[in-house]
Amino acid sequence: MKIVVCIKQVPDSWADKKLSADDSTLDRASVDRVLNELDEYAVEAALQLTEAHGGEVTVLTMGPDDAAEALRRALSMGADAGIHLIDDGLSGTDAVGTSYALAQVLQGREFDLVIFGSESTDARMSVVPAMVAERLSLPQLTFAGKVEVDGGTVRIQRVTDYGYDEVEASTPALVSVVEKINEPRYPSFKGIMAAKKKPVEKLTLADAGIDPSQVGLAQAWSAVESFAARPPREKGTIVEDGGDGGAKIAEFLSTSKFI
Amino acid sequence: MAQILVLVDHVDGNIKKVTFELLTLARRLGTPVAVWVGPGADTAALAEYGAETVVVADSSTLLEHPVAPKTDVLAAVVAEKSPAAVLIASTAEGKEVAGRLAVRIGSGVLTDAVDVDAELTATQSVFGGATVVQSKVTHGVPIITVRPNATAPEAAPAAGTREDIAVEAAASSTLAKVTARVVATKDGRPELTEAAIVVSGGRGVGGAEGFAVIEGLADALGAAVGASRAATDAGWYPHQFQVGQTGKTVSPQLYIANGISGAIQHRAGMQTSKTIVVVNKDSEAPIFELADFGVVGDLFTVVPALTEQVTARKG
Ligand SMILES: Cc1cc2nc3c(=O)[nH]c(=O)nc-3n(C[C@H](O)[C@H](O)[C@H](O)COP(=O)(O)OP(=O)(O)OC[C@H]3O[C@@H](n4cnc5c(N)ncnc54)[C@H](O)[C@@H]3O)c2cc1C
Ligand SMILES: Nc1ncnc2c1ncn2[C@@H]1O[C@H](COP(=O)(O)O)[C@@H](O)[C@H]1O
Repeated sequence: MKIVVCIKQVPDSWADKKLSADDSTLDRASVDRVLNELDEYAVEAALQLTEAHGGEVTVLTMGPDDAAEALRRALSMGADAGIHLIDDGLSGTDAVGTSYALAQVLQGREFDLVIFGSESTDARMSVVPAMVAERLSLPQLTFAGKVEVDGGTVRIQRVTDYGYDEVEASTPALVSVVEKINEPRYPSFKGIMAAKKKPVEKLTLADAGIDPSQVGLAQAWSAVESFAARPPREKGTIVEDGGDGGAKIAEFLSTSKFI
Repeated sequence: MAQILVLVDHVDGNIKKVTFELLTLARRLGTPVAVWVGPGADTAALAEYGAETVVVADSSTLLEHPVAPKTDVLAAVVAEKSPAAVLIASTAEGKEVAGRLAVRIGSGVLTDAVDVDAELTATQSVFGGATVVQSKVTHGVPIITVRPNATAPEAAPAAGTREDIAVEAAASSTLAKVTARVVATKDGRPELTEAAIVVSGGRGVGGAEGFAVIEGLADALGAAVGASRAATDAGWYPHQFQVGQTGKTVSPQLYIANGISGAIQHRAGMQTSKTIVVVNKDSEAPIFELADFGVVGDLFTVVPALTEQVTARKG
């Protein structure tokens, strides 16, 4: 079974993220960057499937130089090969453009499954997997809390607002996974050493057949007009419970007209 | 006046409150046109909140496949009506429908808006609420997903004229098939993302039994119950009640966090709550940074005392 996993390098969740004053894109220079933690679950899901059914895992990322570190991390977890779509023309690409670029790379490659994380922790849009499914006319099996492959059939439990749906389709199919699905492994020392020798294919826009007029900041399908730091919350009142904590909250709720 | 499409969010014909919020918002932008996918269209309820027209794709087969058939219907209605914008609820599925529609009709998409003005500029709160952004779609028909609880729904009766539309799902939209739908048991409380008040519990609650204390306060206030991931992962409370980055985003009038430390992933789902009350025995817990009112103390003494007071004041 051939699996491609789409992964993204993002600012550390704990970092204070800011938009840059020049072009209203994420100020990447000011923060530590890591593999999107939700994509680790996608890598783990792919590794578990190939361990059970045989096959190979390729990780794909689109991003600047340091996205190579996300690939390296996934390779040290056990993925077999990497693809790095890197081109100055991609800087500032929004979700519509990202889905187009990823679809162009995936198109024409052979795979049974392409697996995504459910969301990138920086943009938090959760739309790229559905957009890629739309572009490649692949069955969309997203928000999987559980995934099973049985011959040419994939079954997932799609986590919904009200519980879950059982959804199935034939391969090739597109899957995105939620963090309930597994516990991502930590790369072993052996894995880290082995990753250094694994192949990473670098692609430019031209290599991937991507029309430069469909990507990049200038071509973005939406634009930030202005932004501001949210005014910090006014400092609240914090009291020690001296046996009257409940009564004090009740008093606060009453003056705020909640009760 | 320009028409504004609103995709109706309903489960088996029961309309979610967010739909009325979207119709209220749509009235400020143009003439609201509700789009209903599936059987059982409740045109009267939509008319009450200002839907001038209700376009109905009355077919249950459209609901047998996730996401894509809703895109097919919206694309057909967009082609027919050339609306000024499309509004969709910013739920996990709503965002997916919006994303597919954007690709299909060649438009830009904005997600998680908390407001949209007459110029179709959307206000979004990003980075867990730390930054407020004004954005605009620059290509095609703007597709905007709007967070539940961002607008107060106001009734404003309109015609609600039903127009049926026959849409057959595209071949590529039926590749994934829903074979079973499992609805977690209803708890009889307001729905988490819609509730005006949310009372949440975290690891500090100590176990499944401890949640009785949280539920007691929630019921006294008529609130929904939420939980941190530590609590849902431990199996103390069902997953669909998780608040945070990988759970639900809530934005109630009042959020009461009990025994929750305030990890960044938890804050991401509740930071835009209007008023925040915290009970935690550790005065250093980062959640206190968000508190409008906080008590440093044991939730097992503070919360029951509060519940008693609330019941007494209401009674
Ligand atoms: C990929 C990823 C996604 C995540 N998504 C989410 C998410 O969606 N939602 C989420 O919540 N978390 C999420 N997390 C987890 C998050 O990082 C934290 O681990 C989690 O929120 C901690 O939950 P907690 O605050 O209940 O527990 P803790 O951090 O252990 O805090 C418990 C608090 O309870 C207090 N306490 C203990 N006993 C009492 C008592 N008797 N009375 C009063 N206070 C008491 C303690 O002082 C402490 O502050 C995610 C993590 C990752 C890696
Ligand atoms: N630049 C990228 N390169 C590779 N995969 C990506 C990229 N951006 C997003 N993805 C994938 O799409 C998922 C959802 O991202 P998003 O829609 O941005 O929240 C992520 O978890 C990744 O699997």
